[in-house]
Amino acid sequence: MSIDKATVAKIARLARIHVAEEKQAALAGELSNILGWVEQLSEVDTDDVAPMTSVVEVRLPEREDVITDGDCRDDILANAPETDGSFFVVPKVVE
Amino acid sequence: MSVLTELTLGAARRQLEKGDISATELTEAHIAAVEAVRPLNVMITETPERALQMAKASDERRANGEAGALDGLPIAIKDLYCTKGVRTTAASNILGNFIPPYESKVTENLWKAGAVMLGKTNMDEFAMGSSNMFSANGPAINPWRRDGDDRDLVPGGSSGGSASIVAARAALAATGTDTGGSIRQPAAFTGIVGMKPTYGRCSRWGIIAFASSLDQAGPLTRCVTDAAIMLGVMAGHDPKDSTSVDAPVPDYEAALHDGVKGLRVGIPAEYRVDNMPGEIDALWRRGIAWMAARGAEIVDISLPHTKYALPTYYIVAPAEASSNLARYDGVKYGLRSRHDKLIDMYEQTRADGFGAEVQRRILIGAYVLSAGYYDAYYLKAQKIRTLIADDFRAAFDKVDVVLTPTAPSDAFAVGDKADDPIAMYLNDVFTVPASLAGLPAISLPAGLSGGGLPLGLHLIGKPFDEATLLCAAYALEQAAGFEALPGSVTP
Repeated sequence: MSIDKATVAKIARLARIHVAEEKQAALAGELSNILGWVEQLSEVDTDDVAPMTSVVEVRLPEREDVITDGDCRDDILANAPETDGSFFVVPKVVE
Repeated sequence: MSVLTELTLGAARRQLEKGDISATELTEAHIAAVEAVRPLNVMITETPERALQMAKASDERRANGEAGALDGLPIAIKDLYCTKGVRTTAASNILGNFIPPYESKVTENLWKAGAVMLGKTNMDEFAMGSSNMFSANGPAINPWRRDGDDRDLVPGGSSGGSASIVAARAALAATGTDTGGSIRQPAAFTGIVGMKPTYGRCSRWGIIAFASSLDQAGPLTRCVTDAAIMLGVMAGHDPKDSTSVDAPVPDYEAALHDGVKGLRVGIPAEYRVDNMPGEIDALWRRGIAWMAARGAEIVDISLPHTKYALPTYYIVAPAEASSNLARYDGVKYGLRSRHDKLIDMYEQTRADGFGAEVQRRILIGAYVLSAGYYDAYYLKAQKIRTLIADDFRAAFDKVDVVLTPTAPSDAFAVGDKADDPIAMYLNDVFTVPASLAGLPAISLPAGLSGGGLPLGLHLIGKPFDEATLLCAAYALEQAAGFEALPGSVTP
């Protein structure tokens, strides 16, 4: 599978990473190499194989539906780059 | 170097118990050693004041007869573990000066047992790498040098700082994390013991996530006995990690000396890969002979899907990483790059904050999960992962442990392979299969390469049978009698 510049731009947008246009071609080459290498998986017959969903056989635990945490607003906000009172601040999203 | 820094964890514990030394003396010696190894760039954050406070408290506990299993023993923590009130960066600019408001479960277990924290170690950014070159703090350096070559060598990765600091005798032990080999490969490169327990044995709570179905905490130590001591404290059920297994933690130290008479040791044909260096193959053969000489039964086995493990890993791990790392958006914590529009702020923050390898993996992950490609890549990889796990299940009907080399080469120079992602990925060819199958595995130093650098042997065990694995590793360690020291450490 070969990836072109337009595909790099598309997945960069999906991943929310700005990739400058002059870097797209080089990145397309690198990603194509990696995807070309993983292409060898297509030679394995997996028609009757179930995909792995859990690496160890464990039952997902259940617990009472009760609050076990909370009252830690200051802790949650402590590392934020910008706050206002008890809010995270982001650039304006509604015009 | 002080003689106190030469001790194993077990020997230091005995001296503390007998009252020959105090935790404060032991900690002061290690703080001095950490300062002395600064040129190796093994620490991101040193915490000497906290270490001395913890040591003083430890001495008081011991005086009161309340000492825990690791009381007063100075160790280092990979910078992927959240430590309350102590900066935790995952070696990434995007976390900036993140100060966790909570403690990871594994480190909490260590502090409850009385261990002393020397600081937070260097690593590949978000644990993505096999060289420790991909760190926002610059590469960590291996204390070993190749004979007749003064170039700096990588310690392997991603737990490179943890491996180097233990090998350089500046911490008695360290924590690492292993997603595809990130404990075992650096242990092999630095001549120490590194263990990845079974997936679910240690809680992942508070460990910054890379690939959640693969990540597992484990110890880096200077001998197998120390690995048993550390794992016994690190392991255990944690309701906060739903994949952590609610099963008793055995006394790993007690099982170490059971011997390997009658133990069935599997030798997988598929690990004899093309272009395997002769010295790696010779080391492997020596390991087989050592086990046979101690009464183990050597059994040829087949793990037919081995060659597909690495490409499978490089779909599954980036896919999970792209999802896990979506949380770094410049809003809740860490770096924010200024921009008027929200989406531009996200994109610029992530472009500025993530290093090149992390970006590469996020993009691969986003691609293999994207509409139209999910079945061809991610689903396919998860199916092959089932086949790889089935290979091991079938093999473990016939054998108790599997013996292989740890890495396909000895340590390489800083700068090598940096521009060739696939060459870098091939470092983990022997360690990734056990990761995909969730199995416990351990690397121990077993010999020197032609260049005078350590080489590791690798044992893989049955799920949650770390006790047998450690016992087999102990027997191998006794046979190998590895006593070489890196040049920077004068005996």
